[in-house]
Amino acid sequence: MPVNAKPRGAFSRVPLESKEKNAVIRMFHVHKRYGAKQALVDVTLDIVKNAFLYISGPSGAGKSTLLKLLYLAEPVSEGQIIVDGMNLSRISHRRIPLLRRKFGIIFQDYKLIPTRTVYENVALVLEARGQQRAMVEKKVKSMLRVVGMKDRLSAYPPSLSGGEQQRVAVARAVVGDPTIILADEPTGSLDDDSAATILDLLDQFYHRGATVVVATHDRSLLERGNGRVLQLRQGRLDLPADI
Amino acid sequence: MRSSIQRAIKDILENRFLNAITIITMALSVLIVSAFGLFFLNVQDLFDAWKKGIRIMVYLAPATTETQRLEIGHRLQAFDGIQDIHFVSKADALRLMRKRMPRQSSLLDNLKENPLPDAFEVTLVSDSHSPEKIELLAQRIEGLPSVAEVEYGQQWIERFANFFNLFKLAGYGMGTLFFMATVFITANTIRLVLYSRREEIQIMRLVGATDTFIKVPYYLEGLIQGLMGSLIGIALLYAAFSAVGSQFQQNLSAEMVLIRFLPLSFCGGIIGGGMVIGLLGSFFRSNSS
Repeated sequence: MPVNAKPRGAFSRVPLESKEKNAVIRMFHVHKRYGAKQALVDVTLDIVKNAFLYISGPSGAGKSTLLKLLYLAEPVSEGQIIVDGMNLSRISHRRIPLLRRKFGIIFQDYKLIPTRTVYENVALVLEARGQQRAMVEKKVKSMLRVVGMKDRLSAYPPSLSGGEQQRVAVARAVVGDPTIILADEPTGSLDDDSAATILDLLDQFYHRGATVVVATHDRSLLERGNGRVLQLRQGRLDLPADI
Repeated sequence: MRSSIQRAIKDILENRFLNAITIITMALSVLIVSAFGLFFLNVQDLFDAWKKGIRIMVYLAPATTETQRLEIGHRLQAFDGIQDIHFVSKADALRLMRKRMPRQSSLLDNLKENPLPDAFEVTLVSDSHSPEKIELLAQRIEGLPSVAEVEYGQQWIERFANFFNLFKLAGYGMGTLFFMATVFITANTIRLVLYSRREEIQIMRLVGATDTFIKVPYYLEGLIQGLMGSLIGIALLYAAFSAVGSQFQQNLSAEMVLIRFLPLSFCGGIIGGGMVIGLLGSFFRSNSS
């Protein structure tokens, strides 16, 4: 089930056409089991470059699991996943950091390091890649300006509101210019205004050329957003009704 | 590397209590081990000085004639390992005894005849001070005619050497135990730090940090703990040495030996060793986590 990105529209019902050459993520008959429980069942999916895709479904449908398989927080039980040419079944332990650098990941619970400042949390991504101090400073400040957090450089995450923390998390996710942005329930615990801000930011990065995959069960987010929607139900990917 | 150093220092400051305990433990271990080192060093100096002062006393039989005495003198000078010989007549020996024992001189006055024998005092060349060489030479001298007895404090030296070697062995054993204990303590500190940082480490992995990037600050932390612990340990030892060393010196004959502190190279070795211990502790722990 290849997913094309453009043209975009709310709840787009444009038929999905195969663009294998352009696919940045490819999943082939992927299964994920936790003991006897099937979290994902036979998921086959292509996501092309610069797509904006929502993965929707009720809690427990397997949305987060699907994202975790992409950045190897969890291994697949069966099937294959290829991300930007890297076959995750064959990737060595040493290359996992390289895979993860292709992603900018936004977590529902933000996953900011509480003992580090806003600046340090965002800079971590670039420092881990060995970038020069001056370059790190320039990029981090620039990104915090984009997300509207440039005045809170020295603040620690526990002193920030949920919306502010999520904006810092977005800055951390995109500061390394990732090919793909994965967002797991990015507005799950935010008020409407903060959720709209996060959605606008994701939209900005999509327009800069990133591929954005958002897992959410929030119907209002789907209605406000402009991406394509894939439904997961009990670990199975449902085709849109009009395909 | 700069950010790794900053992270290591920040970690130490954030886990002050834990790191302070590790550093204090290392300092105490270094203090004990280097105190042993200091003791060995000075006892070795003392022992060397005593050995240098060893003289062989060759006592002659009472009926030895002047000719025989001269003959013995010539033959002694011909032996290898003898630097100098000095004849001490029985009259000189008694005079010396009177001088050294002034309170007992009345006892010596009552003697009807001089009971002391004529003797040669033999000084050895500097490379002949090993117990084996001295013993061999004494046996050869004892074989000369008219030699009644040869004395050089052999048993005393051997006993002391054996005791000193045993003590050295105990020192090495204790050093090894302290080494292992300190590695274990450092490893445990790093384990607790890693445990308290497990979420942070997980986040770092998720944003693409390599194992090296994550672990280097912990290696540096171990190195810093080792450095601090060793410096504090040596400083404590120096303070103790300054306080009591001079008192020891007063109790020893100044011409025998001068009490000295550990040489700089030894201190450097201890500091380097402490850093290696810290590094090993953090290495073992962070690679098993």
